[in-house]
Amino acid sequence: MKEIVIISGKGGTGKTSITAAFAMLGREAVVVADCDVDAADMHLLMQPDWSSSEDFYSGVIASIDQEKCLKCGKCQSICRFNAIPMINEEYVVNKLDCEGCGYCARICPADAIKMIEQNVGKFYISNTKADNKLVHARLKSGADNSGKLVAKVKKEAKLIAEKEHKEIIIVDGSPGIGCPVVSSLSGASYVVLVTEPSVSGLHDLERVYQLVKKFGIPAGCIINKADINQDVTDRIMIFLSDNSIDHLGNLPYDEDFTKAMTEGKTIVEDQESHLKNLITEMWKKIKEIN
Amino acid sequence: MKIAIASGKGGTGKTTLATNLASYLAQKHRVVLADLDVEEPNSGLFINGKLIHQDNKDKMIPEWERKGCTLCGLCNQVCNFHAIIKLGEQIMVFPQLCHSCYACSELCPQNVLPMIPQKMGELKHLDTGHFHFVESRLDIGQEQAVPLIAQTLDYLENNFSEETIFLLDSPPGTSCPVIEVTKDADFVILITEPTPFGFHDLILAVETMQELNKDFAVVINRHGIGNSEVLDYCEHNDIDILAKLPNDRRIATLYSRGELVYKEVPEFAEELKKIADYVLDLPKEIK
Repeated sequence: MKEIVIISGKGGTGKTSITAAFAMLGREAVVVADCDVDAADMHLLMQPDWSSSEDFYSGVIASIDQEKCLKCGKCQSICRFNAIPMINEEYVVNKLDCEGCGYCARICPADAIKMIEQNVGKFYISNTKADNKLVHARLKSGADNSGKLVAKVKKEAKLIAEKEHKEIIIVDGSPGIGCPVVSSLSGASYVVLVTEPSVSGLHDLERVYQLVKKFGIPAGCIINKADINQDVTDRIMIFLSDNSIDHLGNLPYDEDFTKAMTEGKTIVEDQESHLKNLITEMWKKIKEIN
Repeated sequence: MKIAIASGKGGTGKTTLATNLASYLAQKHRVVLADLDVEEPNSGLFINGKLIHQDNKDKMIPEWERKGCTLCGLCNQVCNFHAIIKLGEQIMVFPQLCHSCYACSELCPQNVLPMIPQKMGELKHLDTGHFHFVESRLDIGQEQAVPLIAQTLDYLENNFSEETIFLLDSPPGTSCPVIEVTKDADFVILITEPTPFGFHDLILAVETMQELNKDFAVVINRHGIGNSEVLDYCEHNDIDILAKLPNDRRIATLYSRGELVYKEVPEFAEELKKIADYVLDLPKEIK
């Protein structure tokens, strides 16, 4: 089983649109995991049926029982996150600041602090219009622990792939280099980097590739909007060859992507768009990688 | 006054807006622009200036001293993040997982887990001649953005007066790093694209801001593409739309080169002025 993770470092480079196109081309041979749980958009193009859903609990937050509280202030004094202010003569937990370390609960002499498990979101397993399964999630706004939800989404996708003997898992990763991305990358067999020829695109590509390198995962790159800036496209090409990153192909700046998205379609469903052939070629290359 | 520039979806124009707005406002006001997208900071690519301060930012991590340790395993028990584990005769620390809560260190009966600073990133402070620019970047392999964002906000607080206009370039998304940037902001500008992805992620961002009880408004970028969902939604929910930045290939090209837009594209400058006027007009109690 191969696990192909698509990431970009920078947001807005076309990562999800391209991933959805691959999911469409892969049909029933693939399982798809939308691991960009902060801004999960894959479902907008894949028409999932939301056939099953489950709550996801992760992490804890302190809660103080005012009846038991002796107002000794110990909890406030040890909290490194300044999460226990005194409001109206009562010590209360500021949920946004609490990291869930549980130190306060351990040292409270009155045993007045409980750590409460947090429902941070939901995850779904759906059948899509491409006759494959999509595992996706929705993180509650402002929730912590997105890395753990990413791990959960990936694990579910893997279970389905094993059970149904699917060859390939396609994973839509998240932007950045932090915990959700690290979670997306763990266990990947191949990474597809989607970039654009802007100074930001190249800068973020270089940073995220350093992370990929730490994991030792082979990688390929798609340059989207390649004709926006030929000079930067050339620099990206040099970066790719210097680092032995496969060049999977270039896509032109094209509003067909937006047009297809607005119709709730992947770009490969637009029969008139010349992007269809380019992306089909890329998918062929990716499928053949061992 | 602290103004955060955020978005649910990435790549909708946060950095374009932040850098152009900073430069525009700095013509008449004291401005500091802070790039708090510490995972992928980009504003600095658009800014030249004189470096006036640079330092490493550390987070505190326990370090095991074998001598004196009775291997009681309390550290392992108290850590909610599995960052410290007793393995046979060894105590192992996993710095990436550590949240620096100090519980293991301070509860250790033998005092053999002192907290030691470990570098997680770098802060730079530049003077462009017009405005100040502060950016922090997380070291590759560090997973937690929040502690670095928090330290950068402390730096801003300690080095600039209250009359300064703080523009905070936020990370994308709606989870903890975004909360860290926006929770103390006086006002949040949410920038989006009028596409289904932009619309979907805008709703998540709006819900997050409502949960935080923040005053916010929307800027539409690449106006003209996609559909009218974003406009209809804002109208229906009484959300101010501050400006509609045009969809223009010239803007994409200028951005790709790391150049400011408003000096070259008058249609963009016109819309930027609307945002600047709105920001300067915010009620005094917010300021």
